[in-house]
Amino acid sequence: MNSSTDTLVQIRGLVFDRGRRRIFDGVDMDIRRGSVTAIMGPSGTGKTTLLKLIGGQLKPGKGEILVDGEPVHRLSRRRLYLLRKRIGMLFQTGALLTDLDVFENVAYPLREHTGLPESMIRTLVLMKLEAVGLRGARRLMPAELSGGMARRVALARAIALDPMMILYDEPFTGQDPISMGVLVKLIRTLNDALGLTSIVVSHDVQETASISDYIYVISEGKIVGEGTPDQLRQTNSPWVRQFMDGLPDGPVPFHYPAPDYRKDLLRC
Amino acid sequence: MLNVLWRLGAFSLGAFAKLGRANLFLLQALAGSAEIIVRPGLLIRQLYMVGVLSILLISLSGFFVGMVLGLQGYNVLSDFGAEESLGVMVAASLVRELGPVVTALLFSGRAGSALTAEIGLMKATEQLSGMEMMAVDPMRRIITPRLYAGILAMPLLSALFTYIGIQGGYLVGVPLLGVDEGSFWSQMQATIDFREDIVNGVIKSMVFGVIVTWIAVFEGYDCVPTSEGVSRATTHSVVYSAFAVLGSDFVLTALMFGE
Repeated sequence: MNSSTDTLVQIRGLVFDRGRRRIFDGVDMDIRRGSVTAIMGPSGTGKTTLLKLIGGQLKPGKGEILVDGEPVHRLSRRRLYLLRKRIGMLFQTGALLTDLDVFENVAYPLREHTGLPESMIRTLVLMKLEAVGLRGARRLMPAELSGGMARRVALARAIALDPMMILYDEPFTGQDPISMGVLVKLIRTLNDALGLTSIVVSHDVQETASISDYIYVISEGKIVGEGTPDQLRQTNSPWVRQFMDGLPDGPVPFHYPAPDYRKDLLRC
Repeated sequence: MLNVLWRLGAFSLGAFAKLGRANLFLLQALAGSAEIIVRPGLLIRQLYMVGVLSILLISLSGFFVGMVLGLQGYNVLSDFGAEESLGVMVAASLVRELGPVVTALLFSGRAGSALTAEIGLMKATEQLSGMEMMAVDPMRRIITPRLYAGILAMPLLSALFTYIGIQGGYLVGVPLLGVDEGSFWSQMQATIDFREDIVNGVIKSMVFGVIVTWIAVFEGYDCVPTSEGVSRATTHSVVYSAFAVLGSDFVLTALMFGE
């Protein structure tokens, strides 16, 4: 993918450490406007960290992260918050405010950032809830929602301010097949209908590949594969093959490094 | 030996780093003070949560502490034929010491632990991160109102504790043990000084309010976002508050009443 005005998020030479552990080591990435881009990789490779870096919640050790041309890691607090109003994020847990019901959760960003009258807020909230199929659940509390419903409410909240981009953190984890199907459909439909740009962090290969325009596969701090879903399915890279096909052994070994098995057993 | 030194160094560095974070945290929370003027509803709701909901506990505890003071005071004073001074003893103990200190300890157990657990769980369930990503500063929306609510509620609860404690002492001393009612109240009025006793007691409870609420909200905000981390932070909140209240009580007492 080439860097151009078409690019909404541009990452260059990203280096990020957590303690002594290097999470990203020179990552370059371009997210095209209007696309659904997947970032995939095994658990613990820093996919969620990458979303936090893009959202400005973490600062890189080295490198540049440009979102809509703005360097998120160098923005003042005020400008960062202005940028965040144009970014929605769907957290793995939904992150709904537990003391507010569904309606108030979706209304929350509207009440915080707009001076709209109550009647208009009501209309907007009902439209957003209708888009995710939960208009009828508006008076339920978060504790009364299933995991899939909570994520749909969080999705309605994420699109409340009509953002330019939505970041999805593991949207399919722990979902039953129906909820997963609903979320898969919603991510693609909302992206196309609202003209969004979506970044989906996931390790659910089939579901994510089915809705993505472009995929980055990361491991051990580097991008080990990238391309369209079809290109990745046909790649010869053993690492990407192992990941895409879900093979138990390969470049990522089945066994955690350990001393010789026989010697270990015979040691008393 | 080297290992012990290393552990000591690591512990000291960790403790100083945490102290530094706590101070920065307090400054950030105070920097958002304008928020409670713009949105007074946030403060009123928290005053209800930490203050009003603590009234029953504080009232009952104050009543029992006052009754015990009345009983114990009568036993000691009657040996010297000075049971008429029971009112002074009960009031001075409550106004100067027990009111602010016991209220602070009870407050940290009821409201402080609840604040830590609430904020810790909000962190563990990514609600604070969610607010940040919605361009809402959790420091101003969540922390600042709770901090001010604790600081405002503590002197009021302490005053309530003291008032009910004196009534408890009266109930045991006058109707039950037969201390003269006139002496009970008049000696109290004559001896308890407004500036020396009451103002100092209010200052103490305000200082304890800052300490307990600061520790409670900081422990919640700084906790490891797991169930174990929230549990540990809640324990720390109560334990650190108790140490800090009792330690600072000695310092304040020495400054206020020391010769």
